[in-house]
Amino acid sequence: MSNNNSYLSNYFHRNGRALGSIGYFVLLMVIFLIGAPEAWIRPNLHQSVFVMMPTLIFLTIPLVFLVASGEIDLSFASTYAVAAYVFALLVKNGVDPAICFVLGVFTGAAIGALVGTLIVVFRLSSLVASLGVLFLLRGVILLLTNSRSITIMEVENHWIYPLLVGNFYGFPMQIFWAAIFVIFCYYFFNKHVFGIHIQHVGDNSVSAEQMGINVNAVKIKAFMFVGIGSAIGGIFTTMITYTFFPTQGFGYLLLALAAVFVGGTPYWGGLGTIIGAVFGVGIIAYMEIGIIAIGWSGEWRQFFNGLIILLALLGHRLHGERVR
Amino acid sequence: MEYIIELDKVTKRFGGITALNKASLKVTKGEVVGLIGDNGAGKSTLIKTLVGVYSPDEGNILIRGKKVNAWNALKARESGIETVFQDRALTPQQSIVKNIFMGKELRYPFGFIKEKEQIFEANRLIREIGFTSKLINAESPVGNLSGGERQGVAIARAIYNKAELIVLDEPTNNLSLNETQKVFDFVLNVKKSNRSVLFIGHNIYHVYDISDRFVILDRGEVVHQINKNDISTPEELMKIMRDTIRTH
Repeated sequence: MSNNNSYLSNYFHRNGRALGSIGYFVLLMVIFLIGAPEAWIRPNLHQSVFVMMPTLIFLTIPLVFLVASGEIDLSFASTYAVAAYVFALLVKNGVDPAICFVLGVFTGAAIGALVGTLIVVFRLSSLVASLGVLFLLRGVILLLTNSRSITIMEVENHWIYPLLVGNFYGFPMQIFWAAIFVIFCYYFFNKHVFGIHIQHVGDNSVSAEQMGINVNAVKIKAFMFVGIGSAIGGIFTTMITYTFFPTQGFGYLLLALAAVFVGGTPYWGGLGTIIGAVFGVGIIAYMEIGIIAIGWSGEWRQFFNGLIILLALLGHRLHGERVR
Repeated sequence: MEYIIELDKVTKRFGGITALNKASLKVTKGEVVGLIGDNGAGKSTLIKTLVGVYSPDEGNILIRGKKVNAWNALKARESGIETVFQDRALTPQQSIVKNIFMGKELRYPFGFIKEKEQIFEANRLIREIGFTSKLINAESPVGNLSGGERQGVAIARAIYNKAELIVLDEPTNNLSLNETQKVFDFVLNVKKSNRSVLFIGHNIYHVYDISDRFVILDRGEVVHQINKNDISTPEELMKIMRDTIRTH
């Protein structure tokens, strides 16, 4: 009996936050279903959510790693645009889009490494420093492009287009890539040395250092991972719309952060949940689209986004305070 | 005679303060060395330099007679030195098993973790060190444990890694009599298996009871070394310590 108890309490300790965010997602679905059943059974509503979700997943899941390591990054919303810019510019100049994709992702990783190194080596506040980088990179993009967008219709005829963002029996391909990304990240976070070291570092970096973990290297890698995720998200979006916009990504800044915390990853580091974050993304995406679908005006969207963040935080509070 | 580790005239400074001044220390196989000194004598700095948390500004560190460069905590652990730090070096939100294997996880190729094997080993270890509560198993978070139990997890880590030298920094602080006795039993077990212990303590009676040799530290310098055979009571050790410090 008592063995059962310890099993249950350990299970809850490990999965409580993910279960909480699944609970909020189900609750939200039920509310929408009762509020607007006719809008809810129309498939085009869910289709628009499916288009939005993959991009948010590529942004949100790597942020779970970074927040669990005890840091935060706001610059990802600009990295998203820089990587897409590199991609679009190279495509426009006749480079093979597959190579452009790789170089775009590489750009994201490089920016992440630079931001991470800056923060770790000079011991800067990641919140403030990455806010600086957010504006700086956006400024660079606006200056380089003269605020003009780039259209890249040519990607459509390349094999990479149907493979990455094409249509598969009515489902957008990016859904499958996002799903693969989530599965990969789940194992990477929970069963791989990288994820485990991130949790130790975010929990108590002094202890991690004393046990021989290279704390700085772990943090820089986490920043790089955020850069890679943002680059993938940015390039996917650019391919879907055939257009690079100099302002793209800004709209995702607060949504992706909200999805991390609504998903049950606490801000203080050491803990994180990939599954929770997926449902966090689901909640945010359905809020964005569902409010309109049930016939309310767009003005309500931000109000409900705010409400759900607060309610989710209060709910996750039940999982207790930080133990020391 | 083979020394597991040798600090050779090691100096460590923090800003303008010299925390260690040409300190030398050797540890032989199978001996228990007690490191004693007043608050601020540099005991913690000496230990942290010895186990690679700090890198020395001057002087050499030798492992089994060979000089090592770019000494760090990972190298120390790979050389067979495990440390039970004063603050236990735990991550309280993580499970016992993750803490026991922190930094030295059992791995498959490509860095994936042998989770089942780790859990099996951790459950065996926590029974070995005497966790009896059925509410605690390898997957319980460390944050729910008492001070003595946390110390047990830190010790379990050192046991698992079969270190040749185990450094115990103030291991009896905040422990009950019973828990202190467990630490002593552990030290004696290590010694019996012909491995070594470096024991740091405030409580001179604790240090006296289990050490074979004493090293007295004062203001960052090793001022005196004495074998237990040459003295007969802890009071005598205390007197020697006081006299050396006064004349230093």
